[in-house]
Amino acid sequence: MKKHDQTTTANLLEIQDLSVHFNTQRGVVKAVRDLSLTIKKEETLALVGESGCGKSVTAHSINGLIPVPPGIIEKGKIIFEGENLLQKTEKEMQHIRGVRISMIFQEPMTSLNPVFTIGRQIADVFLTHHDIPREEAFSRAVNLLDMVKIPSPETRAKSYPHQLSGGMRQRAMIAMALASPEPGLMIADEPTTALDVTIQAQILRLMVSLKKRVGMSLLLITHDMGVVAETADRVIVMYAGRKVEEADVYSLFDKPAHPYTLGLLNSLPSNRKYAGASRLEAIPGTVPDLLTINDGCPFANRCPRAGDICRSVFPGETPLTEHHSVWCHNHVR
Amino acid sequence: MLSYILKRIGLLIPTLLGVITLVFFMISLSPGDPARVMLGERASAEQLEKLREDLGLDRPLHQQYFSYLSRIVRLDFGKSITTGRPVIEEIGQLFPATMELAFFAMLLASGLGIIIGVVSATKRNTPLDYASMIGALFGVSMPVFWLGLVLIMIFSVGLDLLPTGGRMNIRLYMETFTNFYIIDALIALFRKGDITYLGSALKHLILPAAALGTIPLAIIARTTRSSMLEVLKQDYIKTARAAGIPEGKIIFRYALKNALLPIITVIGIQFGLLLSGAILTETIFAWPGIGKWIYHSISARDYPAVQGGIIIISTVFVVINLLVDILYSVVNPRVRLS
Repeated sequence: MKKHDQTTTANLLEIQDLSVHFNTQRGVVKAVRDLSLTIKKEETLALVGESGCGKSVTAHSINGLIPVPPGIIEKGKIIFEGENLLQKTEKEMQHIRGVRISMIFQEPMTSLNPVFTIGRQIADVFLTHHDIPREEAFSRAVNLLDMVKIPSPETRAKSYPHQLSGGMRQRAMIAMALASPEPGLMIADEPTTALDVTIQAQILRLMVSLKKRVGMSLLLITHDMGVVAETADRVIVMYAGRKVEEADVYSLFDKPAHPYTLGLLNSLPSNRKYAGASRLEAIPGTVPDLLTINDGCPFANRCPRAGDICRSVFPGETPLTEHHSVWCHNHVR
Repeated sequence: MLSYILKRIGLLIPTLLGVITLVFFMISLSPGDPARVMLGERASAEQLEKLREDLGLDRPLHQQYFSYLSRIVRLDFGKSITTGRPVIEEIGQLFPATMELAFFAMLLASGLGIIIGVVSATKRNTPLDYASMIGALFGVSMPVFWLGLVLIMIFSVGLDLLPTGGRMNIRLYMETFTNFYIIDALIALFRKGDITYLGSALKHLILPAAALGTIPLAIIARTTRSSMLEVLKQDYIKTARAAGIPEGKIIFRYALKNALLPIITVIGIQFGLLLSGAILTETIFAWPGIGKWIYHSISARDYPAVQGGIIIISTVFVVINLLVDILYSVVNPRVRLS
């Protein structure tokens, strides 16, 4: 973990030991525990894991969008360009949200306001951050729609969200995220989950090319290993609120070290070993209840390699190579 | 958009025809002989015969219906049995009074109700929210006749700030054109530069509008609160926040416009209810409106008056519904296409 500190200057975002809890009527949900990560400038980091593993909570923490209460940031730091975002006031956050950090959400169907035209919604982001006349904001919105390859952007800008297809809406969402004055980090929370496969590929390609063009970093949150392979530079695998493996994308697919990562990769239909097979391999068991989770490894109850120590102590970092670490007592070698 | 509005207006005609037909048959099916009821027990056979002939009651029902229809289309509702004046004239005088009262009551109820609802929703589960919602509960449960009397006792009798009733100081004589006193007073203001009429008309409006508007205000506040809470949970609000849009703009523009849809429906329904439900308020504040007039016409068995009154109120009800639908499509672009 200490190795991140040496490279702080090149890091756009650095999360240190973040824990986020939610107080519910049934008890405290430990959604994210001791999470540390860094994103370098112009890098794409993928945060991978299944539903409820704390990916979205992490993303919302960065943006200051965790509802408090019931949410509490238990501990940790979120350092963006050298400043701890968790110490900022709501007013200060408004100059970061949508200015330096923008966000794309999972559901393009519900993430755009149904009663305003998309041009108007994008123009509003310009108007919030720039002192420009309304017409200019609107024509800039049209330019952005053109940039995200929406056909006939002038007419489309005057359309309401329900008049667009899912893929077009997601493009409009990306355009809205690009309306930030100086986008430094784009957080994409499952940007392609709601889209069909051909559109998924288009949207991913679009995001990667825009990222390069604008020179921003991308935090990609997904459960889809295919998406990871196609877009990410580095990957963090999360399980039940914990980081369990971190690696560059090649090492991760080549030599997965955590039993959970291995399980995820084994369950991919595109995996070579499934040629001619009729059943996919699944990870046995289910995700533990975050309410009753203990201090052991959260994957222990599903893990074929688990020993007694796994159930009581969460392991420390085991560096495998310079860019590859795993948090496992008994990792795959 | 335009074709949608035209289509909606086209649908108005069968609705109104239905209303008119229903009123006709309800009255002709009501028990007893209208002529006998109107003239009383001691009327002679010739008198009864004469009245039946005058009212066309001796003709077959379908003939009565069609002649009734042709008269209604020409806005001829016959003559009031109690006053002998044409019903349409009486309505022309009384209806604006009720309309004015209901309009200002609704203006008050919608304006305040939406503000209270929005504040309640954004300050959810704070003392302010609890206070507003308890206040709203009181408002809904408040009987109008009691509230009206209390308002009179406090503001007219106690503080001597506002008049106890009527539409204008009786010592003032104002030329009337529309019988909407606020409009007439504005005309007087522009023609003569005299503001006393407007002042008096407004002063007379405050208490009855407050009494009549209390229940709708409470209902609108509650609807606004729950609708806002629902909308504030939506993904697009999160999108707007993530884009750095200031919270005030998110609440009053992004959220409220979506939350308005159910609120508009409630406002429309409440407005319709106010028109027919203004009787109590009109009685307490001596407001010469149509509610009180219909009430008296019913007890006097003044059939032409009752018919005319019901048809006018129903028509306004239907027209308000139309306006609500049009407004709905203005606010909600998804309605326009369907």
